[in-house]
Amino acid sequence: MALFLCGRVLRLLTLLVAVSLLSFLLLSLSPIDPVRAYVGADMLRVGPEQWANIAAYWGLDRPLHERFFRWGAAILRGDWGVSMIFRRPVLEIIGERAVASLALMLTAWIFSGIFGFALGVGAAMKQGTWIDRVIKWYCLTLASTPSFWFGLLMLLTFAVWLGWFPVGLGVPAGVLAHEVTLSDRLHHLLLPALTLGITGVAGVALHTRQKLIEVLQSDYVLFAKARGESDLQLLRRHGLRNIALPAITLQFASFSELFGGSVLAEQVFSYPGLGQTAVQAGLRGDVPLLLGVVIFSALFVFAGNLTAELLYRLIDPRLKLKERYL
Amino acid sequence: MSATANTDKPLLEVSGLSVSFIQYAAGLRQRTFQAISNLNADIRPGEILAVVGASGSGKSILAHAILGILPGNALVSGSMSYAGQELTPKRQAALRGREIALIPQSVNFLDPLMRVGTQVRFSSPNGNGTAMQREIFTRYQLAAGTERLYPFQLSGGMARRVLVATAAASPARLIIADEPTPGLHPAIVKETLAHLRELSAAGRAVMFITHDINAALETADRIAVFYAGTTVETAPAGDFCGEGERLRHPYSKALWQALPQNDFRPVPGSQPSPADLLPGCLFAPRCRLSTLECASAEPALRSIRGGTVRCHHAA
Ligand code: SF4
Repeated sequence: MALFLCGRVLRLLTLLVAVSLLSFLLLSLSPIDPVRAYVGADMLRVGPEQWANIAAYWGLDRPLHERFFRWGAAILRGDWGVSMIFRRPVLEIIGERAVASLALMLTAWIFSGIFGFALGVGAAMKQGTWIDRVIKWYCLTLASTPSFWFGLLMLLTFAVWLGWFPVGLGVPAGVLAHEVTLSDRLHHLLLPALTLGITGVAGVALHTRQKLIEVLQSDYVLFAKARGESDLQLLRRHGLRNIALPAITLQFASFSELFGGSVLAEQVFSYPGLGQTAVQAGLRGDVPLLLGVVIFSALFVFAGNLTAELLYRLIDPRLKLKERYL
Repeated sequence: MSATANTDKPLLEVSGLSVSFIQYAAGLRQRTFQAISNLNADIRPGEILAVVGASGSGKSILAHAILGILPGNALVSGSMSYAGQELTPKRQAALRGREIALIPQSVNFLDPLMRVGTQVRFSSPNGNGTAMQREIFTRYQLAAGTERLYPFQLSGGMARRVLVATAAASPARLIIADEPTPGLHPAIVKETLAHLRELSAAGRAVMFITHDINAALETADRIAVFYAGTTVETAPAGDFCGEGERLRHPYSKALWQALPQNDFRPVPGSQPSPADLLPGCLFAPRCRLSTLECASAEPALRSIRGGTVRCHHAA
């Protein structure tokens, strides 16, 4: 177990270095001039000398590798740098935005997990009937729908036509920060979370269906049937037991899709989360902020995958006991 | 034992059973193949009937048909009766696990994520689960900790005892052991056969499905010889002796003579594929006594000298 954890930590470190190096390179190759992005509308009033000063202030006049190492050394000291667009420490911004994003993703994650699992179980138990066909059709349609388009559709239907939800943002506009209530936040969270969750349902449901059908066709279910167990008993005693672990594991391993989906959903709903921050930072060449978000998301996805692996080792008796005997 | 058992009424009677499967081949073409055709068998309380046939000849399908657990694409015809009453799908569902129990082939038939003690307890639909399971484990010399093990932790011998225990734990009066001794160590085979005899001594009817004719002869009262989806002969175990002159069907004789302790002379040819069965006697292509009649008409079931046979020329 200790060996396993060491290996994973090593993998995480190489992953972080690779990811940040890559982002660094991509940003330096991008045609966006961070100084121009920073100066913005004041462009005409900024002389070439001042321009050079700003570049020097950000260290943009140094060669690429020097910049990368300087940034890396700072990160190791716990200094994530200052965002160019917000002019505030990166860590502070990420902290704020992460809370909003995590709330969004968690809601969507739980929703897609429970709803997808239930649909998958329903389809598998009724395999071949119209119930199964309807669920499969629904999932396949959903899976082939671009999520930003689906997001727009949700926005048009529920926010614009029906007016049940606000059109965007994380909090009501024109309200002071300390006057924003929890129900305001929930009200703004619900539509993007639902969009993200519904697009996640398809994968979970199809996977659950597939797994449960495999289990129901197994020899041990056949034998359980021969012992006189009813369909419901088969599901309760053997079906759920044998699909729960792969389902939960898949759910944790899907953190990367979840994060990717949240970037789109936040963009469509102008929801002020990490995804939207990443897009802003990228478009305006805010290197410290973008790298901060990249590292955070890498950690997030890694945590999901690690949890998935640990769950298997800790829960599956076959792996758990093997471990003990080794 | 057979002398007294044979006077009882049969517990299970299978007559004219046919099972075919519908398959969808390429291009939505439907294909049916016949796994069991026109099979007859019966078994009495306290009796062991061995169903002997080559591996992969569809003997398990017979077991599944009796239990009513065939897959959805199976077509079943013919009739079965249990304790004198017609065995309908509804009745099968009611009797499974209560009146009719299965001893499966391998440990793969146990839920891999469930402790084996729990699985044995599930075999008793309304008894005192834990106490009964412990008592049975003791009887089968399974150590106290065994109930907490998972199937993958069982040794071959332990697995075999647990599988038999599932049937012993059930109140079933008919036990179908489907190939319970596949490729096992001789000592374990011996032990398993002893367990089957114990079950029958307690008054239960045991259908012992196997490819191992020696194991069948050692255990059973009667032997049903299974060939190409049907029972070509049913004979008292004692008829398998000498040169096989008391046997009724050419295939049974050939099987007997193929044993190492006899002539060790294999039966030439192979079983017909269930996908393309010919009319007439299914053994005709391999039979030395085959005549024109054999190739055209399916031999009817006849009773001869206390056994049954499907052969035009049997006497
Ligand atoms: S019916 Fe004819 S072919 Fe078939 S076993 Fe008897 S003798 Fe042989």
